[in-house]
Amino acid sequence: MIEAKDVSKWFDGVQVLHDISATFETGKTNLIIGQSGSGKTVFMKCLIGLLTPEEGEIFYDGRPFTKMNAQQRKQLREEIGMLFQGSALFDNKTVLGNVIFPLEMFGKMTKEERLERANFCIKRVGLENANDKYPSEISGGMQKRVAIARAIAMNPRYLFCDEPNSGLDPRTSILIDELLSDITHEYGMTTVINTHDMNSVLGIGENIIFINKGHCDWQGNDKNIFRSESKSLNDFVFASQLFQNVKQYLETQYKDSKE
Amino acid sequence: MLVSYTQSFGKYCIFLSQVFRAPDKWSVFGKSMIFEINKLGVNSIPLVIIISIFIGAVICIQMQLNIVSPLIPSYSTGMATREILLLEFSSSILSLILAGKVGSNIASEIGTMRVTEQIDALDIMGINSANFIVLPKIIGFVLFVPVLCILSMFMGLFGGYLIAQFTTMLSVEKYIYGIQTFFDEWYVWYGIIKTYFFAFIITSVAAYYGYYVKGGALEVGKASTNAVVSSSILILLADVILTKLLLQ
Repeated sequence: MIEAKDVSKWFDGVQVLHDISATFETGKTNLIIGQSGSGKTVFMKCLIGLLTPEEGEIFYDGRPFTKMNAQQRKQLREEIGMLFQGSALFDNKTVLGNVIFPLEMFGKMTKEERLERANFCIKRVGLENANDKYPSEISGGMQKRVAIARAIAMNPRYLFCDEPNSGLDPRTSILIDELLSDITHEYGMTTVINTHDMNSVLGIGENIIFINKGHCDWQGNDKNIFRSESKSLNDFVFASQLFQNVKQYLETQYKDSKE
Repeated sequence: MLVSYTQSFGKYCIFLSQVFRAPDKWSVFGKSMIFEINKLGVNSIPLVIIISIFIGAVICIQMQLNIVSPLIPSYSTGMATREILLLEFSSSILSLILAGKVGSNIASEIGTMRVTEQIDALDIMGINSANFIVLPKIIGFVLFVPVLCILSMFMGLFGGYLIAQFTTMLSVEKYIYGIQTFFDEWYVWYGIIKTYFFAFIITSVAAYYGYYVKGGALEVGKASTNAVVSSSILILLADVILTKLLLQ
């Protein structure tokens, strides 16, 4: 479980995060949602230590991340996997080279064991025949899968995903969502996903944190998101015509059932 | 402006303190270093050969055309060509050329890694990204650069030889005699010592600019240009200081 308590962050005197408190549960897909520019990426970067919050505390299963020294952070980071928005694969390494990389750097495995583990992870994300291809030779969806395979190679306790569906078609987005959800449940990880894709929210949103203008406006799940009375959340959720139609349909159904 | 330069220098020193640490894994470092020697050093050999031959030939022609006096011995052309190549061209001027090739390569490569979040990915894994990316480049290039320097000296002298061989400006015998006359071995060492410093400047300054890129492709281009300009100025400054220290 990851806990954020009253996290605040400033850039050049402008406060972009305002006392955000949130809990990310173990074995669940935790989603941070919000409009572009709402501060969700900054919040995630604070959670993983790429940015340092000026105020507030972050705990990884009770361990105070914000108070750790460099060595303690380094040890903790070996328990963290990260899927970046642009995949962040190493251009000069093949698919296998990318996945085996963290194992070579930190694992205490033999060469054969490393290869076996890397091949297992590649197979787990459904990319058996792409071992020798370079990132530039595969599609965006495949790159995301490779990045997921690399992220889970070290068997992390915490998995962070920054907009895993950006730039992907709806079908591939669903496949990536399902893969992340399956992996989370399979390995009992604490998965934190940063997204503004409503399909992801409804598909895998077991625990949802809504951030609006740097404030945490709402926390819930995919079951009660449509029943929220938060205006900012409703504006976000029902921004598209499709979801407005869904809302009207549901309201009509509700009225009919009452009558 | 002075404050800005001081801040940049401080940031550069902090960057170097991150770079010069024990690698997380020596075997991976060794592989990376060999890769960088090949990419930055071996791949520069054709450029060094071409430029050195042509410059050596041009120096030889100009010396022969300008040293026209019955008081000056005819072997002076070879001797002057050698001195120019050993003292300045094969170390300083070659380093300025390599700053363009190697420096821009390093800055753009690391800058692209920054904007595509590859450096963040390394940091998240708990790897010292500055050390992992930059140290093999610095050590690899510094180790290999004397080879380029010596090669440039030979090729420059060979360029002068070609002029003696294929033109009627001077005889081959006089040219060969000239490049052997009053030869001071220290000048070769002087050139090699200088290139060690210049190689360090080229790689570390370019890596610094690439590592701290913020933004997108436009900023990567700017970082690459700034890296070449800054390292060129620093090479010239270091050249003055090293010449004063080593030759006086």
